[in-house]
Amino acid sequence: MSQFDSALVQHIANLANIPLKPGEDKKLAEEFESTLKVIANLKKLDTSQVKPTYQVGELENVWRDDVVEKKRMFTQEEALANATNTHKGFFAVPQIIDKG
Amino acid sequence: MADTHKNYHPDLPNTWTLARARQALANKEVTLEEIYTAVDKAVAQTNNLNIYLARDTKTLTKAHQRAELPLSGLPIAVKDNFCTKDLTTTASSNVLREFIPPFDSTVVSKLEQGGGVILGKTNLDAWAHGSSTETSDFGRTLNPRSPDYLPGGSSGGSTAAVAADTCIAAIGSETAGSIRQPAAWCGVVGLKPTYGRCSRFGVAAMASSTDSPGPIAKTVEDACLVFEQIAGHDPYDSTTANQPVPKLTEQLNKGVKGLKIGWLYSDIQELSASHKLIEKELAVFESLGARVEPIKALDPHYAVSVYTIVQRTEVSSNLGRYSGIRYGSERSNFGNEAKRRVMLGTFTSAKGYADKYYLTAQKVRTLFRQDFDQLFAKYDLLIGLTSPGFAKKIGATEGQAMFGELEDMLLEPSSITGLPGLNVPCYRDPLTNLYLGLNIIAPMWREDLMVRAGHAYEQATEWNSWRIDK
Repeated sequence: MSQFDSALVQHIANLANIPLKPGEDKKLAEEFESTLKVIANLKKLDTSQVKPTYQVGELENVWRDDVVEKKRMFTQEEALANATNTHKGFFAVPQIIDKG
Repeated sequence: MADTHKNYHPDLPNTWTLARARQALANKEVTLEEIYTAVDKAVAQTNNLNIYLARDTKTLTKAHQRAELPLSGLPIAVKDNFCTKDLTTTASSNVLREFIPPFDSTVVSKLEQGGGVILGKTNLDAWAHGSSTETSDFGRTLNPRSPDYLPGGSSGGSTAAVAADTCIAAIGSETAGSIRQPAAWCGVVGLKPTYGRCSRFGVAAMASSTDSPGPIAKTVEDACLVFEQIAGHDPYDSTTANQPVPKLTEQLNKGVKGLKIGWLYSDIQELSASHKLIEKELAVFESLGARVEPIKALDPHYAVSVYTIVQRTEVSSNLGRYSGIRYGSERSNFGNEAKRRVMLGTFTSAKGYADKYYLTAQKVRTLFRQDFDQLFAKYDLLIGLTSPGFAKKIGATEGQAMFGELEDMLLEPSSITGLPGLNVPCYRDPLTNLYLGLNIIAPMWREDLMVRAGHAYEQATEWNSWRIDK
């Protein structure tokens, strides 16, 4: 049974903020389906008593002093240099709240 | 027929190893001008391979300033997912096509402080999502050993740069195979350090829990020389370990006598053709005094699944930062592969699905750690094929959503567990000029053991194309 339909693919695309081209949802649904088939083998393993491994480094609670390092600071010019839209020394962002 | 598997030529300094070039500079047998002229010529002659995306124009001036440092001002190629101040860094994605970082990644700073000069930035699968360098938004890189074939990936630009002698050494990054697999396909050495050994600061993040920068080089010794400069704790990457950096070059000649080596995946049927070609190679370790035994390990097909889920999930989070506001362009510019990975990772970590996919994958990751713990209780090192077979032909990735995962199957168990690994060339097909690679895996933080084995093997065999016949 197919798990992905166009509605689910479109929902995921919205969550991930990925704009889709017309017809792309169908192709992606097929590709996701084939990937799920490959990873379905995990069901064969009994993991009921196993703890998850989220990281392999075994470090815990790594802190640093909360200080400003001036040599690492960007100038305003450097910080804005790669932005496509700026306004009076700020980053210009798209409107996300409805004007109402 | 011309013997095409010798890269080393006494009159062409671009074909020299890092160790040889350093020595020759110290002895005044060669000048930095001669080295850079030879390298520039090689770069120009291999333009068709599409190795470099950007070149620094002031390399020779920088080289002279660093001539007295350990890397002697020699030219190093760097994968284009490492930030380089004032030099474009694209991760081979249209999203970052114009991005000029205002800072250096830690690995790049350390390389420069150690006397390396960044010659240029090399092509990769866009965002390092792949194992072919065919999914780059700026065109595929071709394999210098045989240009009808792919170089592997994602660090395929860096392994091709080394194989084509267009640099003296290179830097790559590996999340699951991206240093070792292209090193195998291009017939070069690739060293994937223990997770947390080399800083990820300033590297375009892919799967943060496995991303590991590392050297790509002509010989094991060269890889060690670069490793010693780039490894170590970094306050800007909290996952780097506060451990002393081992002097690998001092361990190189200790040999393998008395070591117990487990031969991984000898029982996997689909590898039998490649295993037949390298049977004799395993005996080399025995002739050097090690004991090699076939072993049974957890099926790597499970690691493909763990990696697929973990990687997609972490990618969906890491690529969330590309909004096109502070830098880069908008998200509609993501290529197909990035879209697929971000979206599948959004799915595997979404409410209602995360337990079934993400949590299960992390539990199976624990099973792999336990399996390796048991194996390393009995064996000092594990060896096996790096890639199931030779490089694939150009175009092989088309329509293959899981191409990389399956090509990297033999490396994924060690990647998801953070173990260090080393690829050394171990066979060359005389008809295609393509290579197979041997993957040597060591316990966490024991890069010293794996380079001893890699170096001993390299010295005892003739597969390394930079070998100088005595």
